[in-house]
Amino acid sequence: MIEVKNLYKSFGEKGVLSDISFSLPHGQAVAIVGKSGAGKSVLLKCLIGLVKPDEGTIYVDNKLINSMSFSQLQEIRASIGMVFQFGALFDSLSVSENISLALRKLTKLSEDEIKARVINSLESVDMANTEELMPEELSGGMKKRVGIARAIAIEPAYLFYDEPTTGLDPVMTDSINRLIRKFQSTGKVTSVIITHEMRTVYDVADRVLLLHNGKIRFDGNPNGIKNVDDPVVQQFITGNSTLAIKGDVL
Amino acid sequence: MLIGTMEGVGRYVELMISIFRSIFSWHKYLSLTVDHMFNIGVLSIPIVILTSLFSGMVTSVQAAYQFESGFVPNWFVGSIVGESILLELAPMITALVMAGKIGATIAAEIGTMRVSEQIDALESLSFDPVSFLILPRILAAAVMFPILVIIADCFGIIGGLFAAVNAMDVSTLEFIRGLRNWFRPWDAWFGLIKGLFFGVAITSIACYQGFYTTGGATGVGKSTTDTVVISCVAIVFLDYILAALLL
Repeated sequence: MIEVKNLYKSFGEKGVLSDISFSLPHGQAVAIVGKSGAGKSVLLKCLIGLVKPDEGTIYVDNKLINSMSFSQLQEIRASIGMVFQFGALFDSLSVSENISLALRKLTKLSEDEIKARVINSLESVDMANTEELMPEELSGGMKKRVGIARAIAIEPAYLFYDEPTTGLDPVMTDSINRLIRKFQSTGKVTSVIITHEMRTVYDVADRVLLLHNGKIRFDGNPNGIKNVDDPVVQQFITGNSTLAIKGDVL
Repeated sequence: MLIGTMEGVGRYVELMISIFRSIFSWHKYLSLTVDHMFNIGVLSIPIVILTSLFSGMVTSVQAAYQFESGFVPNWFVGSIVGESILLELAPMITALVMAGKIGATIAAEIGTMRVSEQIDALESLSFDPVSFLILPRILAAAVMFPILVIIADCFGIIGGLFAAVNAMDVSTLEFIRGLRNWFRPWDAWFGLIKGLFFGVAITSIACYQGFYTTGGATGVGKSTTDTVVISCVAIVFLDYILAALLL
Protein backbone atom coordinates (compact mmCIF):
# COMPACT_ATOMS: atom_id res chain seq x y z
CA MET A 1 0.00 0.00 0.00
CA ILE A 2 1.16 3.52 -0.80
CA GLU A 3 0.07 6.45 1.34
CA VAL A 4 0.88 10.07 0.48
CA LYS A 5 0.07 12.83 2.98
CA ASN A 6 0.28 16.60 2.48
CA LEU A 7 3.04 16.45 -0.11
CA TYR A 8 4.67 19.69 -1.27
CA LYS A 9 7.43 20.11 -3.82
CA SER A 10 8.83 23.15 -5.57
CA PHE A 11 11.86 23.83 -7.74
CA GLY A 12 13.24 27.25 -6.83
CA GLU A 13 10.34 29.70 -6.93
CA LYS A 14 8.15 27.36 -8.98
CA GLY A 15 5.70 25.30 -6.97
CA VAL A 16 5.04 21.92 -8.58
CA LEU A 17 3.07 19.90 -6.01
CA SER A 18 0.87 21.39 -3.32
CA ASP A 19 -0.84 19.50 -0.51
CA ILE A 20 -1.15 16.18 -2.35
CA SER A 21 -2.74 13.40 -0.29
CA PHE A 22 -4.02 10.01 -1.41
CA SER A 23 -3.68 6.35 -0.55
CA LEU A 24 -3.34 3.50 -2.96
CA PRO A 25 -4.50 0.04 -1.79
CA HIS A 26 -2.75 -3.08 -3.00
CA GLY A 27 -3.86 -4.39 -6.38
CA GLN A 28 -5.31 -1.13 -7.64
CA ALA A 29 -4.39 0.57 -10.91
CA VAL A 30 -4.46 4.33 -10.57
CA ALA A 31 -3.99 6.72 -13.47
CA ILE A 32 -2.55 10.13 -12.62
CA VAL A 33 -3.55 12.56 -15.36
CA GLY A 34 -3.11 16.24 -15.98
CA LYS A 35 -1.78 18.71 -18.49
CA SER A 36 1.93 18.97 -19.27
CA GLY A 37 3.72 20.58 -16.33
CA ALA A 38 0.99 19.61 -13.85
CA GLY A 39 3.54 17.74 -11.71
CA LYS A 40 2.65 14.14 -12.64
CA SER A 41 6.19 12.90 -13.31
CA VAL A 42 7.56 14.73 -10.24
CA LEU A 43 4.91 13.00 -8.10
CA LEU A 44 5.91 9.62 -9.54
CA LYS A 45 9.60 10.31 -8.89
CA CYS A 46 8.74 11.28 -5.31
CA LEU A 47 7.00 7.92 -4.88
CA ILE A 48 10.17 6.02 -5.82
CA GLY A 49 12.50 8.35 -3.90
CA LEU A 50 14.20 9.87 -6.94
CA VAL A 51 12.96 13.32 -5.91
CA LYS A 52 12.81 14.41 -2.26
CA PRO A 53 9.63 16.28 -1.33
CA ASP A 54 9.89 19.60 0.52
CA GLU A 55 7.13 18.66 2.97
CA GLY A 56 4.78 15.77 3.57
CA THR A 57 5.17 12.04 3.96
CA ILE A 58 5.20 9.05 1.62
CA TYR A 59 4.70 5.57 3.03
CA VAL A 60 5.33 2.50 0.89
CA ASP A 61 4.22 -0.70 2.67
CA ASN A 62 4.05 1.32 5.90
CA LYS A 63 7.67 2.47 5.55
CA LEU A 64 8.35 6.19 5.46
CA ILE A 65 10.57 6.68 2.42
CA ASN A 66 11.27 10.44 2.80
CA SER A 67 13.95 10.02 5.41
CA MET A 68 15.45 6.79 4.09
CA SER A 69 19.14 6.44 3.33
CA PHE A 70 20.24 5.19 -0.09
CA SER A 71 20.68 1.62 1.18
CA GLN A 72 17.23 1.62 2.81
CA LEU A 73 15.72 2.95 -0.41
CA GLN A 74 17.40 0.10 -2.28
CA GLU A 75 15.18 -2.38 -0.40
CA ILE A 76 12.02 -0.47 -1.30
CA ARG A 77 13.10 -0.04 -4.91
CA ALA A 78 13.58 -3.79 -5.24
CA SER A 79 9.79 -4.07 -5.02
CA ILE A 80 9.10 -1.31 -7.56
CA GLY A 81 9.40 -1.60 -11.32
CA MET A 82 9.62 1.73 -13.09
CA VAL A 83 8.83 2.22 -16.78
CA PHE A 84 10.26 5.48 -18.06
CA GLN A 85 8.71 7.76 -20.66
CA PHE A 86 11.18 6.94 -23.44
CA GLY A 87 12.30 3.59 -22.10
CA ALA A 88 15.53 4.96 -20.57
CA LEU A 89 17.41 1.90 -21.82
CA PHE A 90 21.16 1.97 -21.29
CA ASP A 91 22.66 2.81 -24.69
CA SER A 92 25.81 0.79 -24.24
CA LEU A 93 24.01 -2.43 -23.24
CA SER A 94 22.05 -4.89 -25.35
CA VAL A 95 18.39 -5.64 -24.65
CA SER A 96 19.23 -8.73 -22.58
CA GLU A 97 21.98 -6.87 -20.65
CA ASN A 98 19.53 -4.05 -19.90
CA ILE A 99 17.16 -6.54 -18.29
CA SER A 100 19.74 -8.77 -16.61
CA LEU A 101 21.54 -5.79 -15.02
CA ALA A 102 18.59 -5.29 -12.64
CA LEU A 103 18.26 -9.02 -11.97
CA ARG A 104 21.94 -9.35 -11.03
CA LYS A 105 21.65 -6.36 -8.71
CA LEU A 106 18.31 -7.08 -7.06
CA THR A 107 18.01 -10.89 -7.02
CA LYS A 108 20.15 -13.87 -6.14
CA LEU A 109 19.26 -15.81 -9.28
CA SER A 110 21.85 -17.98 -11.02
CA GLU A 111 23.04 -17.01 -14.51
CA ASP A 112 20.78 -19.70 -16.07
CA GLU A 113 17.79 -18.43 -14.11
CA ILE A 114 18.58 -14.85 -15.14
CA LYS A 115 18.75 -15.91 -18.78
CA ALA A 116 15.40 -17.68 -18.49
CA ARG A 117 13.85 -14.67 -16.74
CA VAL A 118 15.11 -12.34 -19.50
CA ILE A 119 13.59 -14.54 -22.21
CA ASN A 120 10.33 -14.83 -20.25
CA SER A 121 10.05 -11.07 -19.71
CA LEU A 122 10.70 -10.35 -23.37
CA GLU A 123 8.10 -12.94 -24.42
CA SER A 124 5.58 -11.28 -22.07
CA VAL A 125 5.91 -8.03 -24.00
CA ASP A 126 5.96 -9.71 -27.45
CA MET A 127 9.65 -9.00 -27.94
CA ALA A 128 10.98 -12.56 -28.20
CA ASN A 129 14.34 -13.06 -29.94
CA THR A 130 15.48 -9.46 -29.50
CA GLU A 131 17.98 -10.22 -26.73
CA GLU A 132 21.05 -9.28 -28.74
CA LEU A 133 19.68 -6.06 -30.25
CA MET A 134 21.04 -2.71 -29.09
CA PRO A 135 18.67 0.10 -28.04
CA GLU A 136 19.57 2.14 -31.13
CA GLU A 137 18.13 -0.66 -33.29
CA LEU A 138 14.71 -0.44 -31.61
CA SER A 139 11.71 1.73 -32.51
CA GLY A 140 10.06 3.95 -29.87
CA GLY A 141 7.36 1.37 -29.15
CA MET A 142 9.91 -1.45 -28.90
CA LYS A 143 12.01 0.59 -26.45
CA LYS A 144 8.96 1.12 -24.25
CA ARG A 145 8.17 -2.59 -24.33
CA VAL A 146 11.75 -3.49 -23.40
CA GLY A 147 11.47 -0.89 -20.63
CA ILE A 148 8.37 -2.73 -19.41
CA ALA A 149 10.19 -6.08 -19.69
CA ARG A 150 13.03 -4.66 -17.55
CA ALA A 151 10.52 -3.46 -14.95
CA ILE A 152 8.54 -6.72 -14.74
CA ALA A 153 11.62 -8.96 -14.77
CA ILE A 154 12.25 -8.26 -11.08
CA GLU A 155 8.65 -9.37 -10.35
CA PRO A 156 7.77 -6.15 -8.51
CA ALA A 157 4.83 -5.52 -6.19
CA TYR A 158 4.45 -2.05 -7.71
CA LEU A 159 4.69 -0.99 -11.34
CA PHE A 160 5.07 2.70 -12.10
CA TYR A 161 4.56 3.82 -15.70
CA ASP A 162 5.61 7.31 -16.78
CA GLU A 163 3.59 8.16 -19.89
CA PRO A 164 3.75 4.64 -21.33
CA THR A 165 1.79 5.43 -24.51
CA THR A 166 2.93 8.97 -25.31
CA GLY A 167 4.11 9.34 -28.88
CA LEU A 168 2.94 5.90 -29.99
CA ASP A 169 0.59 5.05 -32.84
CA PRO A 170 -2.93 3.83 -31.89
CA VAL A 171 -2.10 0.18 -32.48
CA MET A 172 1.01 0.30 -30.33
CA THR A 173 -0.92 2.29 -27.70
CA ASP A 174 -3.50 -0.50 -27.57
CA SER A 175 -0.73 -3.08 -27.35
CA ILE A 176 0.89 -1.29 -24.37
CA ASN A 177 -2.50 -0.84 -22.68
CA ARG A 178 -3.17 -4.58 -23.05
CA LEU A 179 0.22 -5.32 -21.47
CA ILE A 180 -0.56 -3.08 -18.49
CA ARG A 181 -3.95 -4.81 -18.08
CA LYS A 182 -2.31 -8.22 -18.39
CA PHE A 183 0.15 -7.55 -15.53
CA GLN A 184 -2.63 -5.94 -13.49
CA SER A 185 -4.91 -8.95 -13.94
CA THR A 186 -2.47 -11.17 -12.05
CA GLY A 187 -3.71 -9.40 -8.90
CA LYS A 188 -0.17 -9.23 -7.54
CA VAL A 189 0.68 -5.81 -8.85
CA THR A 190 -0.28 -2.27 -7.84
CA SER A 191 0.09 0.11 -10.77
CA VAL A 192 0.54 3.85 -11.03
CA ILE A 193 0.18 5.12 -14.59
CA ILE A 194 1.13 8.69 -15.44
CA THR A 195 -0.57 9.70 -18.64
CA HIS A 196 -2.43 12.47 -20.39
CA GLU A 197 -4.22 10.09 -22.71
CA MET A 198 -7.80 9.42 -21.65
CA ARG A 199 -7.95 6.25 -23.76
CA THR A 200 -5.27 4.71 -21.55
CA VAL A 201 -7.18 5.84 -18.46
CA TYR A 202 -10.43 4.18 -19.61
CA ASP A 203 -8.55 1.05 -20.76
CA VAL A 204 -6.42 0.27 -17.75
CA ALA A 205 -7.28 2.29 -14.64
CA ASP A 206 -9.51 1.42 -11.67
CA ARG A 207 -9.15 4.94 -10.38
CA VAL A 208 -8.07 8.30 -11.73
CA LEU A 209 -6.43 11.31 -10.07
CA LEU A 210 -6.43 14.56 -12.05
CA LEU A 211 -3.68 17.02 -11.15
CA HIS A 212 -4.15 20.69 -11.92
CA ASN A 213 -1.67 23.36 -10.86
CA GLY A 214 -0.03 20.90 -8.49
CA LYS A 215 -3.23 19.96 -6.64
CA ILE A 216 -5.57 16.98 -6.94
CA ARG A 217 -8.63 18.29 -8.78
CA PHE A 218 -10.44 14.98 -9.18
CA ASP A 219 -10.15 11.61 -7.46
CA GLY A 220 -12.60 8.92 -8.55
CA ASN A 221 -13.28 6.13 -10.99
CA PRO A 222 -12.74 6.54 -14.74
CA ASN A 223 -16.44 6.39 -15.56
CA GLY A 224 -17.28 8.99 -12.93
CA ILE A 225 -14.88 11.56 -14.36
CA LYS A 226 -17.06 11.93 -17.46
CA ASN A 227 -19.95 13.27 -15.38
CA VAL A 228 -18.00 15.77 -13.27
CA ASP A 229 -19.25 19.32 -13.65
CA ASP A 230 -15.86 20.96 -13.36
CA PRO A 231 -14.60 22.97 -16.35
CA VAL A 232 -10.97 21.98 -15.64
CA VAL A 233 -11.88 18.29 -15.64
CA GLN A 234 -14.17 18.65 -18.64
CA GLN A 235 -11.54 20.57 -20.59
CA PHE A 236 -8.98 17.84 -19.92
CA ILE A 237 -11.13 14.85 -20.79
CA THR A 238 -12.64 16.45 -23.91
CA GLY A 239 -9.37 18.09 -24.95
CA ASN A 240 -11.27 21.30 -25.77
CA SER A 241 -8.76 24.17 -25.66
CA THR A 242 -11.45 26.84 -26.15
CA LEU A 243 -13.05 26.24 -22.74
CA ALA A 244 -12.17 29.18 -20.47
CA ILE A 245 -10.54 28.03 -17.23
CA LYS A 246 -9.81 30.11 -14.18
CA GLY A 247 -6.61 28.37 -13.16
CA ASP A 248 -5.58 28.58 -9.53
CA VAL A 249 -1.89 29.25 -9.81
CA LEU A 250 0.43 27.93 -7.10
CA MET B 1 26.96 34.78 -10.98
CA LEU B 2 29.09 34.53 -7.82
CA ILE B 3 26.35 32.65 -5.94
CA GLY B 4 25.94 30.31 -8.91
CA THR B 5 29.69 29.64 -8.99
CA MET B 6 29.78 28.98 -5.24
CA GLU B 7 26.80 26.62 -5.56
CA GLY B 8 28.63 24.81 -8.35
CA VAL B 9 31.79 24.46 -6.24
CA GLY B 10 29.69 23.20 -3.32
CA ARG B 11 27.98 20.58 -5.50
CA TYR B 12 31.37 19.52 -6.93
CA VAL B 13 32.80 19.07 -3.42
CA GLU B 14 29.67 17.13 -2.39
CA LEU B 15 30.09 14.86 -5.42
CA MET B 16 33.78 14.34 -4.61
CA ILE B 17 32.84 13.33 -1.06
CA SER B 18 30.32 10.82 -2.45
CA ILE B 19 33.03 9.41 -4.72
CA PHE B 20 35.45 9.18 -1.81
CA ARG B 21 32.81 7.33 0.24
CA SER B 22 32.20 4.87 -2.57
CA ILE B 23 35.90 4.24 -3.21
CA PHE B 24 35.89 1.19 -0.91
CA SER B 25 33.48 -0.56 -3.28
CA TRP B 26 35.94 -0.25 -6.19
CA HIS B 27 36.25 -4.04 -6.54
CA LYS B 28 32.56 -4.30 -7.48
CA TYR B 29 33.21 -2.11 -10.50
CA LEU B 30 36.54 -3.60 -11.57
CA SER B 31 35.34 -4.80 -14.97
CA LEU B 32 33.79 -1.40 -15.70
CA THR B 33 37.04 0.27 -14.62
CA VAL B 34 39.00 -1.94 -17.02
CA ASP B 35 36.60 -0.99 -19.84
CA HIS B 36 37.14 2.69 -19.09
CA MET B 37 40.90 2.16 -18.86
CA PHE B 38 40.74 0.88 -22.42
CA ASN B 39 38.61 3.82 -23.60
CA ILE B 40 40.54 6.50 -21.74
CA GLY B 41 44.02 5.04 -22.11
CA VAL B 42 44.50 2.63 -24.97
CA LEU B 43 42.30 4.48 -27.47
CA SER B 44 44.11 7.75 -26.69
CA ILE B 45 47.63 6.42 -27.39
CA PRO B 46 47.72 7.48 -31.09
CA ILE B 47 46.77 11.11 -30.39
CA VAL B 48 49.19 11.26 -27.45
CA ILE B 49 52.01 9.90 -29.62
CA LEU B 50 51.24 12.40 -32.38
CA THR B 51 51.09 15.48 -30.13
CA SER B 52 54.12 14.54 -28.05
CA LEU B 53 56.19 13.73 -31.12
CA PHE B 54 55.57 17.19 -32.57
CA SER B 55 56.03 18.88 -29.18
CA GLY B 56 59.50 17.32 -28.96
CA MET B 57 60.34 18.31 -32.52
CA VAL B 58 59.22 21.92 -32.01
CA THR B 59 61.22 22.15 -28.77
CA SER B 60 64.30 20.90 -30.58
CA VAL B 61 63.90 23.31 -33.49
CA GLN B 62 63.28 26.28 -31.19
CA ALA B 63 66.26 25.33 -29.02
CA ALA B 64 68.40 25.27 -32.17
CA TYR B 65 67.12 28.73 -33.04
CA GLN B 66 68.21 29.98 -29.60
CA PHE B 67 71.64 28.36 -29.97
CA GLU B 68 72.41 30.23 -33.20
CA SER B 69 74.56 32.68 -31.22
CA GLY B 70 77.13 29.90 -30.78
CA PHE B 71 77.69 30.55 -27.06
CA VAL B 72 75.86 27.37 -26.09
CA PRO B 73 77.10 24.02 -27.43
CA ASN B 74 74.63 22.22 -29.68
CA TRP B 75 74.55 19.05 -27.58
CA PHE B 76 72.72 21.07 -24.92
CA VAL B 77 69.63 20.61 -27.06
CA GLY B 78 69.23 17.13 -25.52
CA SER B 79 69.08 18.71 -22.07
CA ILE B 80 66.54 21.31 -23.15
CA VAL B 81 64.29 18.77 -24.86
CA GLY B 82 64.56 16.22 -22.03
CA GLU B 83 63.78 18.64 -19.20
CA SER B 84 61.02 20.47 -21.13
CA ILE B 85 59.31 17.22 -22.08
CA LEU B 86 59.58 15.50 -18.69
CA LEU B 87 58.70 18.48 -16.54
CA GLU B 88 56.12 20.30 -18.58
CA LEU B 89 55.28 19.41 -22.14
CA ALA B 90 54.42 15.71 -21.84
CA PRO B 91 51.99 16.07 -18.91
CA MET B 92 50.63 19.44 -20.00
CA ILE B 93 50.04 18.73 -23.70
CA THR B 94 48.66 15.27 -22.88
CA ALA B 95 46.25 16.78 -20.34
CA LEU B 96 45.06 19.51 -22.69
CA VAL B 97 44.46 17.03 -25.50
CA MET B 98 42.71 14.63 -23.13
CA ALA B 99 40.50 17.44 -21.79
CA GLY B 100 39.17 17.81 -25.32
CA LYS B 101 39.01 14.11 -26.11
CA ILE B 102 38.13 12.30 -22.89
CA GLY B 103 36.61 15.18 -20.88
CA ALA B 104 34.18 16.10 -23.63
CA THR B 105 33.27 12.44 -24.25
CA ILE B 106 32.57 11.72 -20.58
CA ALA B 107 30.51 14.89 -20.12
CA ALA B 108 28.47 14.12 -23.24
CA GLU B 109 27.94 10.46 -22.25
CA ILE B 110 26.83 11.15 -18.69
CA GLY B 111 24.91 14.28 -19.71
CA THR B 112 22.95 12.30 -22.30
CA MET B 113 22.25 9.64 -19.69
CA ARG B 114 20.93 12.36 -17.38
CA VAL B 115 18.59 14.02 -19.91
CA SER B 116 17.32 10.67 -21.24
CA GLU B 117 16.52 9.53 -17.67
CA GLN B 118 19.05 6.68 -17.78
CA ILE B 119 20.55 7.90 -14.48
CA ASP B 120 17.08 7.92 -12.91
CA ALA B 121 16.60 4.40 -14.30
CA LEU B 122 19.88 3.31 -12.68
CA GLU B 123 18.74 4.71 -9.34
CA SER B 124 15.32 3.08 -9.66
CA LEU B 125 17.16 -0.23 -10.15
CA SER B 126 19.00 0.38 -6.86
CA PHE B 127 22.33 1.30 -8.44
CA ASP B 128 24.28 4.14 -6.90
CA PRO B 129 25.00 6.28 -10.00
CA VAL B 130 28.11 7.78 -8.40
CA SER B 131 29.67 4.36 -7.80
CA PHE B 132 28.48 2.97 -11.12
CA LEU B 133 29.19 5.87 -13.47
CA ILE B 134 31.79 8.13 -11.90
CA LEU B 135 34.08 6.05 -9.69
CA PRO B 136 35.24 3.65 -12.45
CA ARG B 137 36.01 6.54 -14.80
CA ILE B 138 38.08 8.41 -12.19
CA LEU B 139 39.96 5.26 -11.16
CA ALA B 140 40.64 4.46 -14.82
CA ALA B 141 41.97 7.99 -15.42
CA ALA B 142 44.12 7.86 -12.28
CA VAL B 143 45.80 4.71 -13.62
CA MET B 144 45.98 5.58 -17.31
CA PHE B 145 47.02 9.26 -17.30
CA PRO B 146 50.49 8.58 -15.81
CA ILE B 147 50.93 5.79 -18.36
CA LEU B 148 49.98 8.19 -21.16
CA VAL B 149 52.51 10.68 -19.75
CA ILE B 150 55.23 7.99 -19.91
CA ILE B 151 54.32 7.37 -23.55
CA ALA B 152 54.36 11.13 -24.20
CA ASP B 153 57.78 11.39 -22.49
CA CYS B 154 59.23 8.70 -24.76
CA PHE B 155 57.79 10.00 -28.00
CA GLY B 156 58.49 13.64 -27.13
CA ILE B 157 62.18 12.81 -26.67
CA ILE B 158 62.20 10.70 -29.86
CA GLY B 159 60.66 13.67 -31.74
CA GLY B 160 63.24 16.01 -30.25
CA LEU B 161 66.05 13.64 -31.22
CA PHE B 162 64.73 13.31 -34.77
CA ALA B 163 64.52 17.08 -35.24
CA ALA B 164 67.92 17.69 -33.62
CA VAL B 165 69.69 15.17 -35.82
CA ASN B 166 67.99 16.43 -38.99
CA ALA B 167 67.87 20.19 -38.38
CA MET B 168 71.07 20.72 -36.40
CA ASP B 169 74.60 19.46 -36.49
CA VAL B 170 73.96 17.15 -33.52
CA SER B 171 74.59 13.41 -33.54
CA THR B 172 72.41 10.92 -31.69
CA LEU B 173 75.16 10.34 -29.13
CA GLU B 174 75.55 14.07 -28.49
CA PHE B 175 71.81 14.43 -28.00
CA ILE B 176 71.80 11.56 -25.51
CA ARG B 177 74.81 13.09 -23.73
CA GLY B 178 72.83 16.31 -23.30
CA LEU B 179 69.78 14.37 -22.21
CA ARG B 180 71.68 12.48 -19.49
CA ASN B 181 73.68 15.48 -18.38
CA TRP B 182 70.76 17.27 -16.71
CA PHE B 183 68.48 14.31 -16.10
CA ARG B 184 67.14 13.92 -12.56
CA PRO B 185 64.78 11.00 -11.79
CA TRP B 186 62.57 13.29 -9.71
CA ASP B 187 61.73 15.28 -12.87
CA ALA B 188 60.22 12.17 -14.43
CA TRP B 189 58.32 11.37 -11.24
CA PHE B 190 57.07 14.95 -11.09
CA GLY B 191 55.65 14.59 -14.60
CA LEU B 192 53.84 11.40 -13.60
CA ILE B 193 52.41 13.02 -10.44
CA LYS B 194 51.14 15.88 -12.59
CA GLY B 195 49.58 13.35 -14.97
CA LEU B 196 47.76 11.71 -12.06
CA PHE B 197 46.37 15.02 -10.79
CA PHE B 198 45.42 16.22 -14.28
CA GLY B 199 43.65 12.92 -15.01
CA VAL B 200 41.59 13.02 -11.82
CA ALA B 201 40.79 16.71 -12.37
CA ILE B 202 39.65 16.25 -15.98
CA THR B 203 37.47 13.20 -15.33
CA SER B 204 35.94 14.54 -12.12
CA ILE B 205 35.08 17.86 -13.80
CA ALA B 206 33.61 16.01 -16.81
CA CYS B 207 31.60 13.65 -14.58
CA TYR B 208 30.33 16.57 -12.51
CA GLN B 209 29.29 18.55 -15.59
CA GLY B 210 27.57 15.52 -17.12
CA PHE B 211 25.91 14.45 -13.88
CA TYR B 212 24.27 17.84 -13.34
CA THR B 213 23.26 18.42 -16.95
CA THR B 214 19.83 19.95 -17.47
CA GLY B 215 17.87 21.03 -20.49
CA GLY B 216 18.12 18.39 -23.22
CA ALA B 217 20.53 18.55 -26.17
CA THR B 218 21.45 22.19 -25.50
CA GLY B 219 22.31 21.27 -21.92
CA VAL B 220 24.54 18.42 -23.08
CA GLY B 221 26.35 20.80 -25.46
CA LYS B 222 26.85 23.34 -22.68
CA SER B 223 28.15 20.69 -20.26
CA THR B 224 30.63 19.47 -22.88
CA THR B 225 31.92 22.97 -23.64
CA ASP B 226 32.12 23.88 -19.94
CA THR B 227 34.04 20.68 -19.26
CA VAL B 228 36.75 21.55 -21.78
CA VAL B 229 37.04 25.18 -20.65
CA ILE B 230 37.03 24.45 -16.90
CA SER B 231 39.42 21.51 -17.34
CA CYS B 232 41.92 23.67 -19.23
CA VAL B 233 41.80 26.32 -16.49
CA ALA B 234 42.10 23.64 -13.79
CA ILE B 235 45.12 22.10 -15.58
CA VAL B 236 47.11 25.36 -15.69
CA PHE B 237 46.09 26.16 -12.10
CA LEU B 238 47.16 22.71 -10.87
CA ASP B 239 50.34 22.98 -12.93
CA TYR B 240 51.36 26.07 -10.99
CA ILE B 241 50.30 24.69 -7.59
CA LEU B 242 52.17 21.40 -8.10
CA ALA B 243 55.29 23.18 -9.37
CA ALA B 244 55.24 25.55 -6.38
CA LEU B 245 54.77 22.69 -3.93
CA LEU B 246 56.95 19.94 -5.38
CA LEU B 247 59.88 21.63 -7.14
